[in-house]
Amino acid sequence: MSVTARASRRGVLGGAAALGAFTFGFHIPGAGRAAAQTAAAPAKPEVNAWVVIRPDETVVVRIARSEMGQGTLTGLAQLVAEELECDWARVTTEYPTPGENLARNRAWGNMSTGGSRGIRESHEYVRKGGASARMMLVQAAANGWNVPPGECRVSKGVITHAPTGRTTTYGAVAEAAARLPPPADVPLKDPASWTIAGKPLPRLDTVDKTNGKQVYGMDLRLPGMLNAAILDCPVFGGTLRSFDAAAVSAMPGVKRVVPVGDTAVAVVADTWWQAKTALEKLPVVWDEGPNAGLSSAAIAETLKAGLDAPEGAVGNRAGDARAAIAGAARKVEAVYSYPFQHHATMEPMNATALWTPERCEVWTPTQNGEAALAATAEASGLPASRCDVHKIHLGGGFGRRGAVHDWVRQAVAIAKAMPGTPVKLLWSREEDMAHGRYHPVTQCKLVGGLDAEGNLTGLHMRISGQSIVAGIFPQNIRDGVDQAVFQGLYPGGAEGPIGYGIPHLLIDHAMRNPPVPPGFWRGVNLNQNAVYLECFMDELAHAAGKDPLEFRRALMRNHPKHLAVLNAVAERAGWGTPAAPGVHRGLAQIMGFGSYVAACAEVSVRDGQLTVHRIVAATDPGHAVNPQQIAAQVEGSFVYGLTAALHGECTVANGRMQELNFDTYPMMRMDEMPKVETIILPSGGFWGGVGEPTIAVAAPAVLNAVFAATGKRVRQLPLRHADLRSA
Amino acid sequence: MAKLNVNGQVIDVEVDGETPLLWAIREQIGLTGTKYGCGIAQCGACTVHVDGVATRSCSTPVSSYGPEQKIVTIEGLAQPGAPHPVQAAWVALDVPQCGFCQSGMIMAAAALLAANPKPSDTDIRSEITNICRCGTYNRVQAAIRRAADGSVNNG
Repeated sequence: MSVTARASRRGVLGGAAALGAFTFGFHIPGAGRAAAQTAAAPAKPEVNAWVVIRPDETVVVRIARSEMGQGTLTGLAQLVAEELECDWARVTTEYPTPGENLARNRAWGNMSTGGSRGIRESHEYVRKGGASARMMLVQAAANGWNVPPGECRVSKGVITHAPTGRTTTYGAVAEAAARLPPPADVPLKDPASWTIAGKPLPRLDTVDKTNGKQVYGMDLRLPGMLNAAILDCPVFGGTLRSFDAAAVSAMPGVKRVVPVGDTAVAVVADTWWQAKTALEKLPVVWDEGPNAGLSSAAIAETLKAGLDAPEGAVGNRAGDARAAIAGAARKVEAVYSYPFQHHATMEPMNATALWTPERCEVWTPTQNGEAALAATAEASGLPASRCDVHKIHLGGGFGRRGAVHDWVRQAVAIAKAMPGTPVKLLWSREEDMAHGRYHPVTQCKLVGGLDAEGNLTGLHMRISGQSIVAGIFPQNIRDGVDQAVFQGLYPGGAEGPIGYGIPHLLIDHAMRNPPVPPGFWRGVNLNQNAVYLECFMDELAHAAGKDPLEFRRALMRNHPKHLAVLNAVAERAGWGTPAAPGVHRGLAQIMGFGSYVAACAEVSVRDGQLTVHRIVAATDPGHAVNPQQIAAQVEGSFVYGLTAALHGECTVANGRMQELNFDTYPMMRMDEMPKVETIILPSGGFWGGVGEPTIAVAAPAVLNAVFAATGKRVRQLPLRHADLRSA
Repeated sequence: MAKLNVNGQVIDVEVDGETPLLWAIREQIGLTGTKYGCGIAQCGACTVHVDGVATRSCSTPVSSYGPEQKIVTIEGLAQPGAPHPVQAAWVALDVPQCGFCQSGMIMAAAALLAANPKPSDTDIRSEITNICRCGTYNRVQAAIRRAADGSVNNG
């Protein structure tokens, strides 16, 4: 058979179905409703906001958070299903839209998916959603039999009236249950009795990710859709002065050339490749603005000055650190630095928008549907009640797709210029790299005082550099202080207190914000803080002539959970016993995102070449909802963390980012990947995050092992710049 | 206009000859399982098979292909009704996280096993150069070994 394929504005492609194409607009959530007015009936009956049970016994669990690889879709469904007592084999999921959330008075709560919060901040209400639905279903069955609900039992969606042995199913009573009032008192199970949650169940979204069937934002096709490529001013703070649309308007497929805000220009064409090809030929004049001369060296100088500024915002203070250090038998000092880094999601930013004077719809991979809806409303000029956002699984998020929705605003602005035509905006990799929300750049000066016995008596840690909060939510900065910069170093609390009892301690921050937009980057501020604290602990131990593990243990007597994960990795790795010839070990521990984590790295350095052989990592997240997914997150976190440690650096010259693709922004690949052994130590009683915390211990564990191997302290990341050859 | 043999069918593709194979596959033919990640043959998200060889489709124009070359995309990897052993191993070990790079990973793995049915870990680590940002590398390696061992049931 021979068929002809063309990119048609009707979106129907000759031969595609015969070739195995799965991806048509009608398979996309909401696409039918918005684009073709074939109002897809919402799944019924809805027992409550979280649970829909269809007559065929299919259980649809509503998921408010976004799935971006971290497995929250499966974990949250497990928590609902656990309390619901349904048949796990019949569970499927769907995303409510942010517009539905708005219309229903936030029935699904917060949709933000960042800070490793997916499970730890919604476990209670999603479990109550499942439990409440179960109680209503049982009540409906009991009503039908005219018996007290207390005489009924339920297992895998089958309700049994114990005294008589009569049975019915969730599917049979769901409609009646949906008409009942929700119970007032909803008790939850003791996690010790869990049978679905807490188990290493396979993910619900795996199969479609192995056969090309999973639809990402980039893959979306709507009937009549056009494609857009965009170029934003490459200089931070620059603006668009002019462009010559006539030079490209006759190029194949080109439909429009559209200015986007004050800073960007987009070409809209039949296909994205045509749009990108024309954009590359488009003459554009920029006003490069006040940052045209900005460089990494100048930024580093600004930060360096902050290291010795007289005062900083205090994040943690005990005793009088400066006096203790001044009177110490021995003073140890070091300066560390952490560069800009890019999220580099595998799927570049994209959104599809359809604007009419009455309504605006957006389809996009987002970590925060509600923030995407707010961005849509603002850019569309319509109230949020006349907009909606259809969430699509993300091809990576890592924080880039959460707090700001710059690409959504752009897509809506382009669509607004073409009323009634859906337009898909896709950033090229180069555009994505040039317009990131970068890992903040910081430096840190640490000064420690040791007494005559080599005990740490005082520590001053001065962080100088960028505040993410100041860059993204400046309204949240109070009195010039961003408490989030002290992540993992807090004096107390459940999020990430420091794990050491140091008699005299001062941790402060000199905020220095270069004009490069910072962002929440997987691991956020825990990443650099763990490098600074844990590498310096290693330096102090060395100066004191003590074993790094014993030196830490002496300071951790009052921090048993921090110590437990550190002890666990030391024991598994064989700390204190000889490693293989040429192999050296390094340790690190920290707490962040509500979880205690530690790692031991084993490395060797031969002819200056570093090999990371093995990582032993431990995490105590309190409750472990899916141990298999926790292990996957921990394994993956070391790819992210080691890529950052070994390779990650974005540099600025002439006001713009210099690394625009993977040829100059190298990624760790399989040949560099160490073995990762994950120890999960859920001590119970609290709910910690999993997606991020272990990233932070990757770099310091490896840097400390590099010192053990070479005697060289690498204090400036990434490691690839360091000369590890023996002198 | 180009004539391409994709997943066993010869297709006339109405496209400029300079268009990379990737974009003809995605935008003209409508098979979107093959992904754009970098456009410079660095990341491997666009990997397809050309006559059985793993090929980064983002960096070669369609004009360099003819109907005699058999192009297979992720959608055409499995036999009808049965996943390819690599896909089955991927499911058994729950390899994907976000999944965006996995089509390319799977195509690279399938081509590796076709050429080298019993690869060593060193072979796998040097031959599979695709980028995964979620960090599935160790599970990818384990799944390739599993597929090579034949320990995954095709059904």
